[in-house]
Amino acid sequence: MVEKTILEMLGEYTDKQEITRESTFDVLGIDSLDVFNLVMELEEKLGCTLELDGSLKTVGELIDFVEANKK
Amino acid sequence: MSFSILGTGSAIPETVVTNDDLAEFLDTSDEWISQRTGIRERRVSAGETASQLATAAASRALKNASVKPGEIDLIICSTIGGEYITPTTACMVQQRIGARCPAFDVNGACAGFITALDIAKSYFDAGRTDKILVVSSEQMTRYIDWSDRSSCVLFGDAAGAVLLGRGENLLSIVTHTAGNDTLLTIGGVRGSSPYLSAAAPDSTLFMDGGEVYKYAVNAMARDVAEAAAAAAIEVSDISYVLSHQANLRIIQATQKKLGIGAERFCVNIDKRGNTSSAAIPLLLDECSSQGKFTRGDLLAMCAFGGGLSDGACIIRWN
Repeated sequence: MVEKTILEMLGEYTDKQEITRESTFDVLGIDSLDVFNLVMELEEKLGCTLELDGSLKTVGELIDFVEANKK
Repeated sequence: MSFSILGTGSAIPETVVTNDDLAEFLDTSDEWISQRTGIRERRVSAGETASQLATAAASRALKNASVKPGEIDLIICSTIGGEYITPTTACMVQQRIGARCPAFDVNGACAGFITALDIAKSYFDAGRTDKILVVSSEQMTRYIDWSDRSSCVLFGDAAGAVLLGRGENLLSIVTHTAGNDTLLTIGGVRGSSPYLSAAAPDSTLFMDGGEVYKYAVNAMARDVAEAAAAAAIEVSDISYVLSHQANLRIIQATQKKLGIGAERFCVNIDKRGNTSSAAIPLLLDECSSQGKFTRGDLLAMCAFGGGLSDGACIIRWN
């Protein structure tokens, strides 16, 4: 559910067609400010608070982070 | 009773520093800076002092408003610091333009212009003034660590001013503070007292970029919505948004959050960088000079800054 939401949202941040768990934000052309925007949008969508303190490098890391931290 | 804007003015230093200029001594590039922040160049003080820039902006605002210095009842200058701790920049403007009224500085960091407008409103509400000069003069380039590529590329210097008169065009103003000394700091003068044992905080700018980014987007969008509600208008009624110019990405995220089209957000960060509390009055003057606004336009101004403080207001343009 979270994975599906994230993969959909990522589509608005990159014009790369193929987005998988292994995709790195670097390759997708997504920088850390985009990740902040994504996390803020997810907070609203999922109705939770997400304290992002580390840097996330791949889509999989973002999915795992959100799964683990959504309260 | 509140105020209307009778005139605007601004001043920028002569020296232009481009991203390529910075890349000559910093490990950075025009591509990185412009993609990440939207900044391509900024103005940096070389010979100019804060009070000179402030005086130039103030003089232009007075001329634009056709108001003489002797008519001003109060001068408020928003600044994090001029060339002196005392006398304040406001006092120096008063002296240089030949005004005879009280004058003081207010430090609201990057939100300082909104803070100053809020104070001005109180004076007008109380019937104590007929004309107030609000000037914002900032030289952030004096406070940044020029070896830190993550922060020094962001800032520029400028001054902006508005001449306010009694009127009905300020429709609403909101301000908020969430005191915090960990996310955004510039340490003060420690001095050489042999008795003082406490270590001084770092005197150059420190900023937790990520946390400030989150705070900025949430605060500005929330404040504009709050100011619109207080003015009994819809966010969609706003003609133009003049937001603090800290980072183009913040402006874009705020615009998206508010659901207002990008063409309604005034932007000059590409050529000015982050000029702290001078950003909004500078932007206002530049847009006004370009003939961007029409009488009756509803302008939303919003800002956030160290403190942490933020605020917004809705002003009808005349």
